Amino acid sequence: MSKIFKNQIFIPVAALLLLMLFNLVIDPSFFKISMGVNSAGNPVLSGYLITIINNGSELAILAIGMTLVTAASGGQDISVGAAIAIAGSTMLRVLCGTNTRPDTLRTPIFVAFIVGCLVAMAFGAFNGVLVSIFKIQPMVATLILYTAGRSIAAWINNNELPIISDPKFGYYGGFIPGIPIPTPFFIAMGCVVIIALVLKFTNLGLYTQAVGINESSSRLNGINPVFIKWLTFVILGACVAVAALIKVSRLSSINYSVIAKDIEMDAILAVALGGNALSGGKFNMAASIIGAFVIQTLTTTLFKYNVPSDALPAYKAIVVIALVVFSAPTFRDAVSKFVKNIKGGKSKEVAHV
Amino acid sequence: MDNNALLSLRGIYKSFPGVKALQDVDFTLRKGEIHALMGENGAGKSTLIKVLTGVYTKDEGEISLEGSDVIIRSPEDAQHAGISTVYQEITLCPNLSVAENMYIGRSDDIIQNWKAMNAGADKMLKSLDIPAKATQQLGSCSIAVQQMVAIARAVDMDCKVLILDEPTSSLDDNEVQKLFGLMRELKARGVGIIFVTHFLDQVYEVCDRITVLRDGKLVGEYEIKDLPRVQLVSKMLGEELDDLSDIKSESTGSSVDTSGEPVIEAEGLSSTEGIRPFDFNIHKGEVNGFTGLLGSGRSECVRAIFGADRVVSGTVKKNGKTIKISKPIDAMKNGIGYLPEDRKVDGIIGDLSVKENIILALQVMKGFFKPFTKAEANAFADEYIKALSIKTASADTPIKSLSGGNQQKCILARWLLTHPDYLILDEPTRGIDVGTKVDIQKLVLKLASEGMSITFISSETDEMLRTCSRLIVMRDRKVVGELKGEDLTQNKIMSTIAGGEA
Repeated sequence: MSKIFKNQIFIPVAALLLLMLFNLVIDPSFFKISMGVNSAGNPVLSGYLITIINNGSELAILAIGMTLVTAASGGQDISVGAAIAIAGSTMLRVLCGTNTRPDTLRTPIFVAFIVGCLVAMAFGAFNGVLVSIFKIQPMVATLILYTAGRSIAAWINNNELPIISDPKFGYYGGFIPGIPIPTPFFIAMGCVVIIALVLKFTNLGLYTQAVGINESSSRLNGINPVFIKWLTFVILGACVAVAALIKVSRLSSINYSVIAKDIEMDAILAVALGGNALSGGKFNMAASIIGAFVIQTLTTTLFKYNVPSDALPAYKAIVVIALVVFSAPTFRDAVSKFVKNIKGGKSKEVAHV
Repeated sequence: MDNNALLSLRGIYKSFPGVKALQDVDFTLRKGEIHALMGENGAGKSTLIKVLTGVYTKDEGEISLEGSDVIIRSPEDAQHAGISTVYQEITLCPNLSVAENMYIGRSDDIIQNWKAMNAGADKMLKSLDIPAKATQQLGSCSIAVQQMVAIARAVDMDCKVLILDEPTSSLDDNEVQKLFGLMRELKARGVGIIFVTHFLDQVYEVCDRITVLRDGKLVGEYEIKDLPRVQLVSKMLGEELDDLSDIKSESTGSSVDTSGEPVIEAEGLSSTEGIRPFDFNIHKGEVNGFTGLLGSGRSECVRAIFGADRVVSGTVKKNGKTIKISKPIDAMKNGIGYLPEDRKVDGIIGDLSVKENIILALQVMKGFFKPFTKAEANAFADEYIKALSIKTASADTPIKSLSGGNQQKCILARWLLTHPDYLILDEPTRGIDVGTKVDIQKLVLKLASEGMSITFISSETDEMLRTCSRLIVMRDRKVVGELKGEDLTQNKIMSTIAGGEA
């Protein structure tokens, strides 16, 4: 029992179950999934659970990259939302050219994605160079792109808002005809499978953790800490591109100042909720990904009970504080001590009797 | 008691949980003398300085300044009493001007007279012949000048006792001479100077007296002319010269065949850590060692061979072929292993398991895309946990929860697993219980007899005599001698370390 409690993955799973239990008690219709037809006449599933796996996809993808960056560099990338704007804008620009309302796409979507991916990875590499070579604190280093990113994104399309009418582009953020489960969920699961394979068949996990725990020692064992840190930022860049594709596909357009706003904070939170130390070192990827879905479940639950979207962050903050305090080692130690005391007190009483 | 005594400490005791850092230490400083405080690591030099400057409070003992007792509870008390300290690392503010640094925190006035301050600073700098201007930003001066400014600040505060804690470590020869000039000037003004350093040459150049500490106890106070270098070294190391002279080396070194090509041969090697270019070679099955006092550059030499520090000159040959080592992985691929001096900082990866720590080096050599399977990793870990009898709950226990000796065995296992041709062990037995120490020494001799070449570094000379067949002696960051065969005795080692007139 105590082993389960000590396992790192316990906290996000427990949080998820707790939220589910809350919904089950208050209103079991939360779990209702119904089959409907969307505007294009395709069969689609709908319900709160579908919303969670749909909208939580981008967050889960970003949590993968953020976990690696956190582990290796002991800091976080706060430019993720801005980088999504840049990558999304790039994809639209490649698809549309200079014509903001094209009837046909100028390039295949695949090509646009690759270009967006390269751009996002290049910006990741830029952040990575600042952190690994120039040894700037990750939050400070990425503050640069955080500040400049959205204007760069607007500049890529001359501050115009391209709209894509080709329904095929909408598949990535919506539904593929005939498949009732939202596509983003498949993309997210694809990313999870890829990272699972990468962690299994390469030493990425061992190296990032070693560098994050003891850089000097890693270097003396032949690891190149500068390269590993840089690499994690580039990987996060790739995650950003995937998330950007989903985001722009959802709208078939872009809003530079609103797209993926504050998503970096949720991604960092997902890592923290997963019980991973934000100061770097050991990490648990599965816990981070579940952490991302916990955040989405929380958001969706709050929406369900008609919390106004302006007030949403405040409510979210309260729940997050509770979760984070609960997962803090000092709190957990205090609790286990408290429990021990109660037990100890009881046995004493028995002895007296 | 000396009538001329400026500062005297009597019967100082200070202990920390589990450690008696100072036991019944006396120290006397006279007016206008430069007094060296000497001792190896853990001798109690720093503790004594910190007691004197109020960083630590003493448990027992008396401090008197110019004949009257003083109570020093905080650094401010020390400053008011006229005791100033200049540390190795500059503790001033590099982004303020020289004058601001000299007067910072000393004025109670709300309004600062900048003009007077700058003029005062310039006057002081001039009188001490320090090449800096009052209005110059401190950061733009060389480290040596910054140190002198720190001294000028102390002098301006009418300090009677000036403590210089390893001030010369980051200075070049020229700068050291300038600093010595300043010290002599202050000496002439009647300031008493306590000089802490590990450079023997410098002690004999400027100091009048030496006080030696060892293991928290006073060894003695000596006039410089009465204490030849070799005596000083023996007092610091605590080896009685003649008692130990007849200990014979048990090493099997004489049987090493040194006629063939050396396994590793280095020529004119030097690194950014400031060691003088040195030559080095080691043959198959040989155990040799670097010896010298703390800070003499023994670790820096082996780090240069392994590519741990940036190498700036020299060539390395393996079995006669020139190889290029610019970073640790190059050395590893050429069959070199390195167990670093500081286990915590450079050795263990604390949060990772014993297993991951053991396989790390071999895994890195195997490559990023070829991780060991779980079964392989477990087999490696179990093999070495058994072979070196590492005491751990399981192979998955985080290494940081093991005792120091067992952590060291894991690091040793890490390198043995790579099956190196040449293994460097830098202080493998430091902070380890006696049993494990003997185990490691035996293992070194066994590995050598199986054909591995090993460089063994230790602060304990008898340990080196037991394992090494050849010793390279270092002083002040250069190689000053090489001892083997008949010459491998405590006496000979100490006299070579001391050098000079000995």
